[in-house]
Order: sequence, then structure tokens, then C-alpha cells
Amino acid sequence: MSATTAETTPAKPTPPAKRGYLGMLWADKFATFAAIFLIIVVFCALFGPLLLGDAASGQNLRARNAAPFTLERGFLYILGGDALGRPLLPRIVVAAQNTIMVAAGAVAASFLIGATLGLIAGYSRKILSEVIMRLADVIMSFPSLLLAVIVLYILEPSVGNLIIVLAITRIPIYLRTTRAEVLEVRERMFVQAAQVMGASTFRIVFRHILPVILPTLVTIATLDFAFVMLAESALSFLGIGIQPPEITWGLMVSQGRQYLTSAWWLAFWPGLVIILTTMSLNLLSSWMRVALDPTQRWRLEIGGKNA
Amino acid sequence: MPDHLLEVRNLSVRFHTAQGVVNAVNDVSWHVDRGETLAILGESGSGKSVSSSAIMNLIDCPPGEIHSGEIWFDGKDLLTLSEEERRALNGKRIAMIFQDPLSHLNPVYTVGWQIAETVTAHGRPGQMARDRALELVRRVGIPNPEAALKKYPHQFSGGQRQRLMIAMALALKPDILIADEPTTALDVTVQAEVLTLLEELQAETGMGLVLITHDLGVVAESADRVVVMEGGKIVETGTPHEIYHAAKHPYTRKLIAAAPGQGEMRVPDETAEPILSCRNMKKSYGAFDALKGASFDLMAAETLAVVGESGSGKSTLARLILRLEEASGGEALWKGQDLLQMSPREMGKVRRQIQMVFQDPTQSLNPRMSVHDIISEAWVIHRDVLEKRRWRDRVVELLEQVGLEASHAGRYPHQFSGGQRQRIAIARALALEPDLIICDEAVSALDVSIQAQVIELLGRLRDELGIAFMFIAHDLPVVRDFADRVLVMKSGDIVEQGPVRRIFEDPREGYTQRLLAAGLDPDPEVQRQRREARLKLTA
Amino acid sequence: MQRMIGKRAISSLISLFGLIVLVFFLSRLTGDPSALFLPVDASEEMRQNFRELHGLNDPVLVQFGHYLGDLVRGDFGDSLRKARPALDVVLEAFVWTLQLAVITMTLVTVAAIVVGSVAAFKVGTKFDRVASLLSLIGASAPDFWIAIVAIVLFSVNLGWVPTSGTGSVWHWILPIAVLFIRPFGLILQVVRGSMLTALGSPYVKTARAKGVKNRPIIFVHTLRNAMLPVITVIGDQAAALLNGAVVVETIFGFPGVGKLMIDSILQRDFNVILAAIMVTALAIFLMNLLIDLAYALLDPRIRT
Repeated sequence: MSATTAETTPAKPTPPAKRGYLGMLWADKFATFAAIFLIIVVFCALFGPLLLGDAASGQNLRARNAAPFTLERGFLYILGGDALGRPLLPRIVVAAQNTIMVAAGAVAASFLIGATLGLIAGYSRKILSEVIMRLADVIMSFPSLLLAVIVLYILEPSVGNLIIVLAITRIPIYLRTTRAEVLEVRERMFVQAAQVMGASTFRIVFRHILPVILPTLVTIATLDFAFVMLAESALSFLGIGIQPPEITWGLMVSQGRQYLTSAWWLAFWPGLVIILTTMSLNLLSSWMRVALDPTQRWRLEIGGKNA
Repeated sequence: MPDHLLEVRNLSVRFHTAQGVVNAVNDVSWHVDRGETLAILGESGSGKSVSSSAIMNLIDCPPGEIHSGEIWFDGKDLLTLSEEERRALNGKRIAMIFQDPLSHLNPVYTVGWQIAETVTAHGRPGQMARDRALELVRRVGIPNPEAALKKYPHQFSGGQRQRLMIAMALALKPDILIADEPTTALDVTVQAEVLTLLEELQAETGMGLVLITHDLGVVAESADRVVVMEGGKIVETGTPHEIYHAAKHPYTRKLIAAAPGQGEMRVPDETAEPILSCRNMKKSYGAFDALKGASFDLMAAETLAVVGESGSGKSTLARLILRLEEASGGEALWKGQDLLQMSPREMGKVRRQIQMVFQDPTQSLNPRMSVHDIISEAWVIHRDVLEKRRWRDRVVELLEQVGLEASHAGRYPHQFSGGQRQRIAIARALALEPDLIICDEAVSALDVSIQAQVIELLGRLRDELGIAFMFIAHDLPVVRDFADRVLVMKSGDIVEQGPVRRIFEDPREGYTQRLLAAGLDPDPEVQRQRREARLKLTA
Repeated sequence: MQRMIGKRAISSLISLFGLIVLVFFLSRLTGDPSALFLPVDASEEMRQNFRELHGLNDPVLVQFGHYLGDLVRGDFGDSLRKARPALDVVLEAFVWTLQLAVITMTLVTVAAIVVGSVAAFKVGTKFDRVASLLSLIGASAPDFWIAIVAIVLFSVNLGWVPTSGTGSVWHWILPIAVLFIRPFGLILQVVRGSMLTALGSPYVKTARAKGVKNRPIIFVHTLRNAMLPVITVIGDQAAALLNGAVVVETIFGFPGVGKLMIDSILQRDFNVILAAIMVTALAIFLMNLLIDLAYALLDPRIRT
């Protein structure tokens, strides 16, 4: 192809950003629903405890394991009540805060640390890089949930520790991706062109390499958010994550488990919210993979006909 | 009823894309008979490969659609046959070889298996297939054929891979062989060998050959008849001689005029002082010596062409001078100072004096920066070159200097064609007002007509601004009209250097002579003489 | 090839050593180790004796030396709970998990490859859409929730399969089904994508130009090339299956290494946890080796 590649891509008349990301989101209906659902979840996480905190902890003995789908006890009991007679809907809304906070904290921390270490490992190519990669290997050589279980056994299972542990287990994902991408991008001609021009390492990394690999990292982070949420839920479910009286969705499933045969809704609703959130994140992530890639973007720009 | 073995009649194919419906070929007709070679000549986007893809049933529908037309082969219209009937013809009666044999061979199977598969796919027994594979591999000239059958594609060189592809295509002695740019990715000397092999095989089997190419030289060397395509249409048909000497269509004339190596040769200025003196520069990767001690001078404001085939070490030389890689030995004196010993800080200052233009402009421009940012980045890095308030005007000035417009400054690289992108890359190199620009295969990724324009631009800049060029190329004709002096490299060594006229008219080294003889001239008459000379050299 | 295995072994040894260091120092430096090793209700006298016996009053580095020395001799100490060598307890449980993992991964691999290949070949059809939806749900599902919902549905309400334990073939069905979901979803996505890339590759064009039939094009030319990235993901998912095993074994009362770890954690049986870590890490190392071998078997470019 060497003699023909340069001319095969025709000059496109329209700049890519013209339709904007919102337009491209609208082109993919699944992703639109996912985004709306996630906005609601984030709203609940931010303001839920403020608005419904009291309602969620108010016990009502007559509403113990109250059945869902009846407005008899008011709208708050639409999804039923738990073993202590607390309404499930507000509890789910309030639990969003811990669930999202742990996941967001862990993803943000692992993203920042992993990407930074990945940039260093990818650009230094020396002993330092070897050390960083071996560290990642140590973490990767063991299933992440088991690692979290062990560390939480030794440390106290608090929100902070949970974030730290989950962040540590996810760092290698970002580290390896960043490093692999840096190693690829640094060999590209435009990076060498910048080198020839005399650009500093700092400038090359932050002006030329990072903007190119950032979309990939953000896409991965979205996917990983779902993974971390599932891990936190599983840990809380197993009783080694968040401890009562704090609540998360995973913990709610665990608490409802013993009433499974008599009051299925206790465990069902929080589980459903978990699955909806993770599915939304997955959908959004696959939309991003297309939307953030200039060579794929046309699929959304022509209105999802061929997507 | 058709009068020819293979005839394409009024074929139109269109593709449904994001930009709407694209007519890939429009009302195209051509034919080929036994023992005949038809060349389909065109630049990228001309639709030259589309009709053969239609013949081989390789067009995916959708997005492709055969809109109208007929393809007659041996008395039948292929477009009316069933999938199974067409499959049975592929490989057996009509075969095809492609450009870039590495990606067109399956990487995980042995070449012996892949050649034999052509035979077994058409219901012949395995033993027969294996015997035939051995016979073919021997015929196409692969050394040690028994062992070669058990090897994988990645264990062969580019030229050998194309020979294996040919063996695979000819396994069942097809009536027609379609060759899509069969020699484009190959070195000049290898290209000549592969074309000769194809010709010999054609003489042996009497097959008809359809040769798809962008290269007038290939046409002059091999074709009996030629079809010239532009924008999905056939603009002209005739013999190579007619086309070259009496082209009627303006596009054909433009194509012929753009072929390099027809102008006046330059005479180097003997009084100039060297600005770069390289002595005994070396580079090894482990046991492999990529560069075995290169020594040469580059004078101020002169153009030095560095010519060599793949693996000759010519790009390594450029990368060492620019310190993109560290040399294993030697020195490179830039205005008296050794570039190879400089500290990063000193090197940073010298960088503004030596700039580079890369092979593929699609890759050498950051896709996320606007043209303005790409060009002005030079001044961000070297703060003292230009005050910030003058940047905008200077970018416009530079764009106009390289033949672009002021309004292009706000656009992004993907909105330009390949030739325009290379102009942007040149404007970027000019931004620092360098004394030397190193062009690494700067025009080899471009179409011939664009190539000529870019070389003309570089020549103008040299004359106006007095910049020295180090012009790296794999192709001798490209440098003939542009260079002052030429340096020929082979396997990490400089085999010959001298003024351009001396190299072209009186080459002293055998390798240079072979290289010149292997080059294909667009004029069929010149090419015939050259071919006789080549055969004499190899004999 | 041998050099690759050697390199792999060395890097795995480093990883294992790192893991040991991590666990050791976390357990010694974050508080009184006797609190970790002994049951919560142990008396102060017991703790004192324990410290004496295990040299916990020595400098940390000396302790680390002893610890490594014991490990090298294969001595992981006794399980406090069962009064038996910890390693025996772990190996017993490990056999159960291994069976569960091998059966599940075999099913997952076959199902994902078949469904993924067909989806790629029929891209855009109803089959492809359903497969993509299934893989999306699979990749998003919280296994613990699926497990308990499945118990209510199939064990309690329908009474088709037992709720927990081992014993009959029926006991295996739910745990395997739950473990199946996530890796199936993830591997299916990769198979589909990889097959799509391979089907569009130039060598497929060559095969069509040779007149090769559709079936050998998919199963001979494309599949083997498409398997290369898939194998890596299968390896990752096989290791990650242990994550799921913790949850699934706990819920279904399955006596595997996952349940053993959770039980040991709740009962603070430190020696067992440690032995379980080592055995799991070794198993993962061996599995990675298998993956490398499979890779080399499929791709001649890696062999040389």
C-alpha cells in the first residue's frame, strides 16, 4: 500500500465535531437511555441522603417486609419495606451514595496513579519501567477479589480502605494500557516530528501522547467503573466490605438474602439497580469507543444506520 | 456473443458510504485474450482495481453494488452464475495476486500448505497437490524448495513472498492471471525480476495477464495494451507506444509529464563549503550492522540525494544525524561541532537549524492539532524565533509559500489530501528557517502527479531560501532532476557518491549500474533498450 | 520457547515473592499479629504464649527469614480450626474448585467461540443482535445476585435442583451456570470482534480468489488467526473465575478454595489463608504457562 495510502483517504468537507457529542449520543438510542439512567443515579448519589436520609432510616414495625406495588403506605413504600419496616425505595436512593462513592473513588485513584505510572513506564524505558511493570505483575498475578478479601481481612473494612484496596487491584489495568499505548504512539511519526523540532519530553508526553491515548483510557475507565461496582457489591455481600449501619446496594442484597423465600423484593430491587447501572456503563463505554475514535465516528454521524 | 476470452462490458459498481453513494467505476469496458498482457493504469481512487474485484466476486454487497454491466468469460456472463459456479472458476480458470504479499498470505499456515490448497480446493487429491506445490516453488525460483514448503510466510523476503503468491495462483494453470500492483512494495531490482518471471510464465502457459498498476514504467516494460483510468472512468486505450507518444486525453498527458527523470540535471557548485561532515558513522543492532561506516560531506544550499533499497541503511543515517537514535560510532560535524556528542541542551539549540519531512504525512501530523497549532508549535518550543503576535501572519505566509491558503490554518490534518498534508509538513519544517531539511522518502507515498508537484515545490524553496536538502529515496529517477549530488547505499555501506550527472551517465560501481538498469522508464522505446542492457548485465 | 518459559517462571517467582512480602508485612506491621492469627476471644495469656512460640518478639526481618525458611520447606503451619496441616486442608478444597473451574471454562470456551464466530459471520442479523445482548447482560451481571435469584427460582419455587452442597450431578448445575455467565459474555465479545477483523483481512481475500469454500474459510483460515487475542482473554477470565468462585461457593455451600478462604477469614485461620494464596498463585502460574504454549502452538511467528 505504501505508494497509495496517502491518497486513499479523501478530504472530508465537514469537520468531525460539528454535530457535537450530544448529537452523536442521540444517534445511539441505547446509549442515550444509559446516559439518562446514569445521570439519575449520580443525582441520587449526590442528593439522596440529603433528601431522603430520614425516610430511609425511619423504622415502621407494621411495614416489616411490606409487599411492593401498593400505595397503601405511601409512595415511598412502592418497592416494599425491609425487615425493620424501612421503605426500600429511599434506601436504594440513599445507598447509591456509598456505592457510587466507593466505585468513583477507586476508579479515579487507579486511573490517576495507573496512567501516571504507565506514562513513566512507557516513556522512560529504563530500570524504572521494569520495576513498575513487575509491581503491576505482582498485583495482576492474583485474582483481584481475593486480593481485596485478604487485605480487608488485615485492615479494617471501612469506606476509605475499601477504596484503597479496590484502587490498588485496578491500577494494573490503566498502567498496562497506558504503557502499551505510549509505546505505540511514541513510535508514530508525529511524535518524532516533535522530537526533531526540539520539543521537551514534558511537551511530547502531555501535548502529543496523552491527548491521543486519553479517549482509550476514559473508555476503559467507564467499563472499569462497572467492574469495581460489582467487586464492591460482592465484597459487601460477603460481609467484608461496607459494614452496617452504612448501606450499599451489595449490602442490601446480602441483608435481604435471608428473607429470600418470604420477601424476595428485599434482595431483588437493589440487585436490579446494580445490573441496570453496570449495563448502562457497558453501553456507554461501547458508545464511547466509537464516538471518541475519529476513524469510527462516521457510524454515529450518519445517524446509526450502519452502526 | 463475446469475441474475447475475458470481457468486461459497461460495468458500473457503486459503494454506499458515510458520504453517500460513490461510483467506484462507471461504464467500464475492456477485454483480454490468451497470451496477451493488458495493463490497467491509474492513480489511487481511479477505480483501477474495482473491475477485477468484480470478476473475482470479491466485492462485498452491501456496501458494494454492481449497478449494471456484464462480465463475459469463456462464453458465460459471470454475473448470472451462482456463487458456487463462480467459486469453481476462481483459482482454477481465473487467478489473482495482490500487492503486499505478507498480509495476503495466511500467517499461521506453511506456504506449502497454502499453495497445495489451491489444488485441493478444486477437488484434486492431496498427494497431487503437494507434488505440484514442490514443482511450482522450484519453478518460481525459491532456493531449497523442499525446505521452503515447510516454512511460514514471515520467514521469506518480500520478493520471495510475491514469487510464492505467483506459484499459488498458477497452481492450476489458469487462463487468466490478474496481478494487482504486484511489484509496488518491492525494491527496484526485485521488481524487475518479478516482472520477468511473470513474463516467462505467461510464455510457458499462454495465459492472459491483467496488470493493474500506477506505474508507467511497468506498463512500458510489460504491457501489450493499456487502459488508462481516472475517477472511475476509462479515459484512453491503446498500445503503450500510442499512449506514451500520442496521448489524446489531457489526464494521460499530465500523467506522462509528471513521470520523474525527464528534466535537466543540475551541476553542483564546486566552491561551496560543507555544513555537515559525517565521518565513519556506524550503527549496530546487536550483531546486525545497519550502518557500517558512512563518510560524506553536505555543502551549504546543496541537495544531496541518498538512494538505496530497503535495508540499505539510508533512513538509519538520517535518524542518527537527528539523534532520534544514538550512533554506535563515528562523528557528524555540523558547522564544526559534533552532533553525536552534544548534550541534550546543545542539541536542542541545533534542532532549529536541521528539520525533517517524513514519508507518510498522514502519520507525521498530530491528528488532534489544527494546522495553525502544528506550524506554530515550532515557535512555542523555540521562544526566541518569533514574537507571539506575529504567529498568525507568519503561518499564513508559510501556507501560501507552500501553495496552500490562509483559510486552511483552522482545519485539521484529516481534512486534507495526501499531497496537501505533505505541504503542511513542509511548512512546519520551514517555520524555524532551517539551514538543512532532511526528507525521508518524502514523496514516495504520494501519487505520481502529486509527487511531481511536491518536488517542484521543494526545488523552488531551495532556490528562493537557499536551504540545503538531504533527500532520501529508494527510487533513482525521482532524484535525477532534483539532486546536485547522489550517494548510493547498499547494506549499510556507501557504494558510490558523486555529482548527479556522473552517477546517471557514468556509474562506476556494479550495484549502481544494476540499480539504474532495473529502473523502469515510462517510454516504451527507452525501456526496451534498457531491458536488453539489463539482461546483458545479469547474463 | 524454552527461554520464554524460563522468563515466565522467573517473573512469576518475583510476583509470588512480592505477594508473600505484601502479606507478611501487612500482617506484621499493621497491628498485633496475634490478633490476626488467634480467634477473637483468645485470652491475653494465650496471646503471650503465641508470641513467644512464633518468635513474634524478634525483629521483623528475623521473623521474615524464619517465615521464608518454613515456606521453602513447604511448612504452612496447622489450621487452627481443623488441627490439621493447612496445606492439606487447602489442597482438598482446591480439587473441588479445580473441577468447577475446568468444567465451567470448557463450556464457556466452546459456547463463546461457536456463538461468537456465527455472530461475526452473520453480522447485523437477528442472531448477531441477540448474541450481543446476551454478552452485554452477561458482562454486567452481579454473580451473587444471579445466584440467589436462581436459588429462589429453580431450587425453592420450582424444586428442580438442590440449593447447596455437593453429592449429586444436580448440585453442580447452578454453580456452573452462575459462574458461566460473566466469562461467557466477555469472551463472546472478544471472539466476535476478533472474527470480524480476521474475516476482513487480506488473506481471506486471497483464499476467496483461490476458490476456497466458505466453510474452510471460516474454520480453517479465519478461526485460527482470530483465536490469538481470544486465548489471552480466556487466560484472564480463567484466573478471574476464582473471583466468582469465592462468591458462588459461599452461596452454594460448595467446599472449594473460595469458600474455604472466606470461612478462614471469618474464623481468623491465618495459616490456611496463606496456604490458599500460595496454591492459587501456583495454579495461575501453571495456567499462564498453558496459555503461552497454546499461543505458540497456534502462531508460528511466536515460535521462532
